[in-house]
Amino acid sequence: MTGPCIEAVALRKDFGPKTAVRDLTLSVPRGEVFGFLGPNGAGKTTSIKMLLGLVRPTSGGGRLLGEPIGTTRARARVGYLPEHFAFHEWLRGRELLRFHGRLLGLGGPALEASIEALLRRVELLDAGDRCLQEYSKGMRQRIGLAQALLGEPELVFLDEPTSGLDPLGRLLVRDVIRELRARGTAVFLNSHLLSEVEVTCDRVAFVKEGRVVRAMTLGAAERDLEVELRLDRSSAAVVEGLAAFGRDVREDGGLVRLRVDGEERLPEMSRWLAAEGVGLYHLAARRRSLEDVFLEVMG
Amino acid sequence: MRAVLTIAHLTLAEARRRRILAAALILGAAFVLLFALGFHFIVRDVRAHAPSAAQQGLVLSIIVMAALYAANFLIVMTSVLVTVDTLSGEIGSGVIEALCTKPVPRWAVALGKWLGCWAVLALYASLLCGGVLLVARVVGGYTLPNAARGLPLLLLEGTVLLTLALAGGTRLTTLANGVTVIGLYGLAFVGGWMEQIGTVANNATARYIGIAASLLVPSESLWQLAAHHMQPPLARDLGIGPFSPMSVPSPAMVAWAAGYVLVALAVAVRSFGSRDL
Repeated sequence: MTGPCIEAVALRKDFGPKTAVRDLTLSVPRGEVFGFLGPNGAGKTTSIKMLLGLVRPTSGGGRLLGEPIGTTRARARVGYLPEHFAFHEWLRGRELLRFHGRLLGLGGPALEASIEALLRRVELLDAGDRCLQEYSKGMRQRIGLAQALLGEPELVFLDEPTSGLDPLGRLLVRDVIRELRARGTAVFLNSHLLSEVEVTCDRVAFVKEGRVVRAMTLGAAERDLEVELRLDRSSAAVVEGLAAFGRDVREDGGLVRLRVDGEERLPEMSRWLAAEGVGLYHLAARRRSLEDVFLEVMG
Repeated sequence: MRAVLTIAHLTLAEARRRRILAAALILGAAFVLLFALGFHFIVRDVRAHAPSAAQQGLVLSIIVMAALYAANFLIVMTSVLVTVDTLSGEIGSGVIEALCTKPVPRWAVALGKWLGCWAVLALYASLLCGGVLLVARVVGGYTLPNAARGLPLLLLEGTVLLTLALAGGTRLTTLANGVTVIGLYGLAFVGGWMEQIGTVANNATARYIGIAASLLVPSESLWQLAAHHMQPPLARDLGIGPFSPMSVPSPAMVAWAAGYVLVALAVAVRSFGSRDL
């Protein structure tokens, strides 16, 4: 099957006079690991809930794996780990997965084998027969992750999957996301941990006040470089000249900073400075982190 | 249908694992045992003092009906308590989210919950009513008339309140739902007595208000109808004894109550299906 795995067009949700999501328009291709970023209250969880049919959009529409959102068909090949994964605490780990597997239409030895594999994957094989109320916060999150992976979904929504996890648990989630990508499963990741998003996602979208304000690919070539220069002298003419190589040129405590769109700009700049007779004492360039971009987008 | 059965199975398993079923069945059995003990001594006294078999039968019938009246109250309360939290609790805690994002329609979730709770109710009602019947037969040699007609009405009464609690749970918090459904039962209870007293006092207004309350919540009228069926023929025909209704509800009330259950279930399904989770 081709076509995007998530397609949302002008999805909007009002709760009375309050607008939680103003305009969710995005498209996520199959097999992509997609990061969904924004500050608290930006409407990220409501957006996920609309896509999954938990919340009815006030207007707009969308499709999951080609099926209209809100239908059972749209959820047939979709896994979901809610932000605060709650479950029937009186169940045992294996029973929880069995129950959710049955709701997916699975059963028999195939389901049992899948449960064992998933328990092993989230490192809960020994705790599978323990009651969930005895699980630690991290164990609960991991059993929730296993639940989301039941039935080999084509698309997995992970809403803050590393919340409550220790560094090893976070590593496990990161590895699981990589495995999902390797087998062509799309992942819709909502996370506050930008460093994690940076290493796991192919592409991200920034949500602000209920609207997708920017989407970008996270390849190295796609992001600006932040350049820092120390010169023997600086003048309005030098600053103006440097602006030809990039943008956002500013002087800051004896340093000149600017943003350029590629590494090839660096030798060009140093040659121009030499030609202008300006002494260059220090030149440093670093790729802008996702946090830099986030702070810029969120203002 | 498979999803309905899976949810019903989970609801039953929850009742079992959280010891709701054990508490209901153990205390239900205690109720039957206590009744058996009391009934044993009453039977001994009645046989020693009542002159005729007819009089003995009448006294024993009153005792058995008193036990069923208590059982009826327990069935009503249990039907509400078992159901009151099943949807509202899971909506409040967020458990419902992982459930309703599975490829299962919401109506199947609501129907599965209803079926699971109803199974608990049916088990409990069977234990209580079956126990009372068995004790009456074995200890007192008394066979309740028309038990096959009367006892299903008690189950239907529990089903009415259970379905109301399910429907309420789609929108109300657990506590608000419990207070509402018990309050509605209270209205029907008072209405039922207004109907009886209005009949005795020949006060048409009181009677009509009572009937209106019964139409609003057809629980008490089902008990009145069941009690009417299960009286000994003499008490039923003459309307004597504390459990003989003065105003016998129409048999159409059974159809009304059955329709009421279906409509309340449809409301529950629709309300749950259209709400945000």
